[in-house]
Amino acid sequence: MAKQNRKVQKVNLNIPGSERKELKVSAIENGTVIDHIPPQSVFQVIRILNLENITNQIMIGTNLDSQKFGKKGIIKVSNKYFESEEINKIALVAPSATLIVIKDYTVVYKAKVEIPDTIRKIVRCINPNCITNHEKIPTRFTVIDKADLQLQCHYCEKITRKSVINFI
Amino acid sequence: MKNKSLVSIHDITKDDYEKLMNLAEKFESNPRQKILENIVVATLFFEPSTRTRLSFESAASQLGAKVIGFSDAATSSVKKGESLKDTILTVSNYCDVIIMRHPLEGSARFASEISPVPVINAGDGANQHPTQCLLDLYSIRKTQKKLDNLQIAFVGDLKYGRTVHSLVIALTNYNATFHLVSPGELKLPSSVKRYIKEKNLEYFQYTEMEEVIPKLDILYMTRIQQERFADSLEYERVKNAYVLKNKMLENAKKNLKVMHPLPRVNEITEDVDSNPKAYYFNQAKNGVFVRQAILASILSVETDN
Repeated sequence: MAKQNRKVQKVNLNIPGSERKELKVSAIENGTVIDHIPPQSVFQVIRILNLENITNQIMIGTNLDSQKFGKKGIIKVSNKYFESEEINKIALVAPSATLIVIKDYTVVYKAKVEIPDTIRKIVRCINPNCITNHEKIPTRFTVIDKADLQLQCHYCEKITRKSVINFI
Repeated sequence: MKNKSLVSIHDITKDDYEKLMNLAEKFESNPRQKILENIVVATLFFEPSTRTRLSFESAASQLGAKVIGFSDAATSSVKKGESLKDTILTVSNYCDVIIMRHPLEGSARFASEISPVPVINAGDGANQHPTQCLLDLYSIRKTQKKLDNLQIAFVGDLKYGRTVHSLVIALTNYNATFHLVSPGELKLPSSVKRYIKEKNLEYFQYTEMEEVIPKLDILYMTRIQQERFADSLEYERVKNAYVLKNKMLENAKKNLKVMHPLPRVNEITEDVDSNPKAYYFNQAKNGVFVRQAILASILSVETDN
């Protein structure tokens, strides 16, 4: 089931006055790869996973060619593994994303992200009159429709729909 | 329901409704019994609602409880900028149960999660008011001698009226047929209709009420509030289209009862009040017995009879 991941990505550097050279960026040894992210969602994924505030090595690529999707984004985080509840939050903005766990250059786990049953902290309630928009309370939603993405606020019971989701 | 909060009608089952209504019947036959003598009840009304507060305070007082609290946020420390969390954590030291009304939706759920004593929601913004729903159910059962298979009309503001939303959802447990009468801009929201559709029940929508009255067992009137309309001319037109007059009840079924959560403004003319079909003041009275039943269940005390 485990598959070798010794693929090497080639990046072309066109340096004037020198010969065309290739810089080889190898795959990560240990860590997490999030692949097939819609390019417009890459930075949201970074925010949702709070990657701005960690010190691990991170490689981010976006607008890369993808056979499946045309264009895609990819994020590689060295030496970091996410809880499934945490990683599944990104399904809200990147439902097509694939989670790949790498150990010793080998893919030990690969799956599509799944929209979780409960969403905590990352989404703001659409209802301006909701207590979570007035007091310091972490938001909490039950996902009542995964296909059409509808989130019901645990507190005010109002439904936040996909088109109006606002991330904290 | 021992030691549990009552925040939303979604927290309790059909079985709970029945138990509470049976207990309310006992209190109706004997409302003054000193079963809560060592109990302190706090009524925290962050926005005024005289009717609901007095109903709860009467329920608690008749059972011998001491009542503390405030009736308006302006007279409490909220005015000084205290958070809801701090108010709840402080007041819960002084009482055995908190009854709260708050203008923000979800406030009661939040309070119930941080409070060491049970919280009864007496209205959180436009969201939930479960004790009103239970007293409405109790009133329907009492007047119709059953809850199953009734023809029920809701008239007026079906979009924003939380009383209507909760009662419609509760009645989907009883195979009701719903007649929904409202102006186009105040129709029942799809989030509530979802419950009717899930149970495959029938509902009909109307913009005029007269044609539907002869079919009904219950006619539930609500107030249309001016602030729901951007255009005040539109409000004037709509306001007068949903007024119940006594002569409109001439062809009604014998068992029909007219209900209203009160306060009424002009949506039921005063000539209806003396009609035996008018039930809204009795409905308010039933609220006391239902709230006694809720307090007794949560505080887990036995009735005398």
